[in-house]
Amino acid sequence: MGQTLYQKIRAAHEVRRFEDGSSLVYIDRIMLHERTGSIALSNMIDEGRGIMTPEMVFSTIDHIVDTRPGRPDGTRMPGGQVFLDEMRRTTGQLGLRLFGTDDPRQGIVHVIAPEQGIALPGITMVCPDSHTCTLGGLGALAWGIGSTDCEHALAARTLRIAGHRQMRIRLEGRRPGWLTAKDIIIHLICRFGAGFGAGHVIEFAGPVVEAMEVEERLTLCNMGVEFAAFTALVAPDRKTLDYVQGRAFAPRAEDVPEAEAQWLALTSDADAAFDRDIVVDVSEIAPTVSWGTSPEHATPVDGLLPGGPGLEAAYRYAGLEPGTPILGQPIDGAFIGSCTNSRLSDLRCAAALLRGRKVPDGVRAVCAPGSTAVKLAAEAEGLDAVFREAGFEWHEAGCAFCFYAGGETFPPGARVVSSTNRNFEGRQGPGVRTHIASPETVAWSAVNGRISDVREVLS
Amino acid sequence: MKGFTAHTGVALPLMTDNMNTDVIIPSREMKRVSKVGLADGLFANIRYADGKRQPDPAFLLNRAEYADASVLMLGRNAGCGSSREHAVWALADYGFRAVLAESFATIFHDNCVANGIVPVALPRATLDRIADWVMDNPSERQVTVDLSAGHVEADGAHVFEIAPLAQRMLIEGLSPIDLTLEDRPLIDAFTEADRARRGWLYRAGQG
Repeated sequence: MGQTLYQKIRAAHEVRRFEDGSSLVYIDRIMLHERTGSIALSNMIDEGRGIMTPEMVFSTIDHIVDTRPGRPDGTRMPGGQVFLDEMRRTTGQLGLRLFGTDDPRQGIVHVIAPEQGIALPGITMVCPDSHTCTLGGLGALAWGIGSTDCEHALAARTLRIAGHRQMRIRLEGRRPGWLTAKDIIIHLICRFGAGFGAGHVIEFAGPVVEAMEVEERLTLCNMGVEFAAFTALVAPDRKTLDYVQGRAFAPRAEDVPEAEAQWLALTSDADAAFDRDIVVDVSEIAPTVSWGTSPEHATPVDGLLPGGPGLEAAYRYAGLEPGTPILGQPIDGAFIGSCTNSRLSDLRCAAALLRGRKVPDGVRAVCAPGSTAVKLAAEAEGLDAVFREAGFEWHEAGCAFCFYAGGETFPPGARVVSSTNRNFEGRQGPGVRTHIASPETVAWSAVNGRISDVREVLS
Repeated sequence: MKGFTAHTGVALPLMTDNMNTDVIIPSREMKRVSKVGLADGLFANIRYADGKRQPDPAFLLNRAEYADASVLMLGRNAGCGSSREHAVWALADYGFRAVLAESFATIFHDNCVANGIVPVALPRATLDRIADWVMDNPSERQVTVDLSAGHVEADGAHVFEIAPLAQRMLIEGLSPIDLTLEDRPLIDAFTEADRARRGWLYRAGQG
């Protein structure tokens, strides 16, 4: 029987197989950020452990750093400065690379990993951050871990992982021009449930995925963890290889032919077996937004909110009623950013809807590009002016608006359309009602001052 | 880390599905570069009323009969969301030793094992039965998690399965890092062979 993409990558990294089906796997590259990485590093120093291969470790400051324009080099999180200071101290002491706030390579870990060529097809990558699965979009086997496992990966260049079940989701059918990867992944989580991927590695495949741009595949895989999956991935193809080539930490030019030959072999064999093999017709998917407090609480933007048992608390928090439309709900805020949707392609799509339009008074709109490089590239093509003229605040790169740590937020009770990945209670601030959606839906809703259907303008 | 054989304690039957780690400990409560001292921030958003440190009587843990809880009961997809190990550190810091749930998010599950908290997966019907039994008299009707025997005692014995490695790590209180480093020769040999197979990675750009 043939092998799946996941089995091929796993087998190529297996240092030792155990009787229970788990394996000790080799970890090629590790990324760290100040929120969780600082703890792992300071603990390693305290315990006197060394880092097996410091050159495979890449650190940045993204989570709680101030994103306000021209930011001071600090955080708005009360008591948060210690995380920034510790990150600088520990990486310095251990001789690790740090893309700090003064470094043009700084940005959200899962945005800079592809951007800098740190994430590559077929490699194993971990980061103490749940959205590490994003990097599966390049064909990397990448997953989020806790701090203790992070110390393990740093000290022993390996991790022990269980045997996983495998699921393939084939996306087929005609994809309308307005349908985004974000709509598709929210739709899947809503349709199958937030726990559906538990214990599984999900491979996204099929003609719709093959036709997607690489950055769309990153968005698709980013929310694999919201599906409870161990991770998600997409087979690398010519598009992936072209995307990777020439980036700072990618293979040198003379090594590219050999690397590419290996990467192109990373596809699931025709006779490979999956525990679950699902086909989804994307022509049936509408622009999709979340309404409640789990990513599975979502609806087609033109649908009526669902009823059902166990949803009372979510409705109470959201301030909405079952059986009513989400379309037209007035909003107080709009946010474009996060590891899901803050790359240059996302900002271009949003800007196309903002050009010549204006966010109404009473709506606070913010854009935080995913990395300093994205921000500079966007400014070079004038996107910052489009955002600003439409009434958006144009921020520095960072994660802060996506999760509330006591700093950047919207007021309690605010209804916010957000290009992020989690609509948990309080995720963007106490009482803030987050509706996750595509950057296009965020932009179009922002200028209308209410939750809006992008098909009004993009069809 | 202390070894775990069996533990008996008060159960806290929250039973919530999709309990995420943002709820277990909100990000703003993660104030120190430290694994201890987090108990106060545990469940802060639902444990305290009006954003102040006033215990909300509607939250089970704030009732006297549950205050000493050490066995947390959740529904499906327990510990989903953020990878923050602080969620487990906060539970451990409060005194929790086991989590009973219908299913676990992977990272949370592994974080539990790494910190001496036993993750026990049980069918929903069993969990509901245990919860009903507990709620009649929480302080008297304590739940025993017997890891060596692989069962939970609460209104009868309920067998659960746990990966043999996780079981061994918890019982012996092993450091997974030290365990792996015993395989250092294997890791070095792998590196050597891999360098020949994937030279492009080892020679890749260094910025």
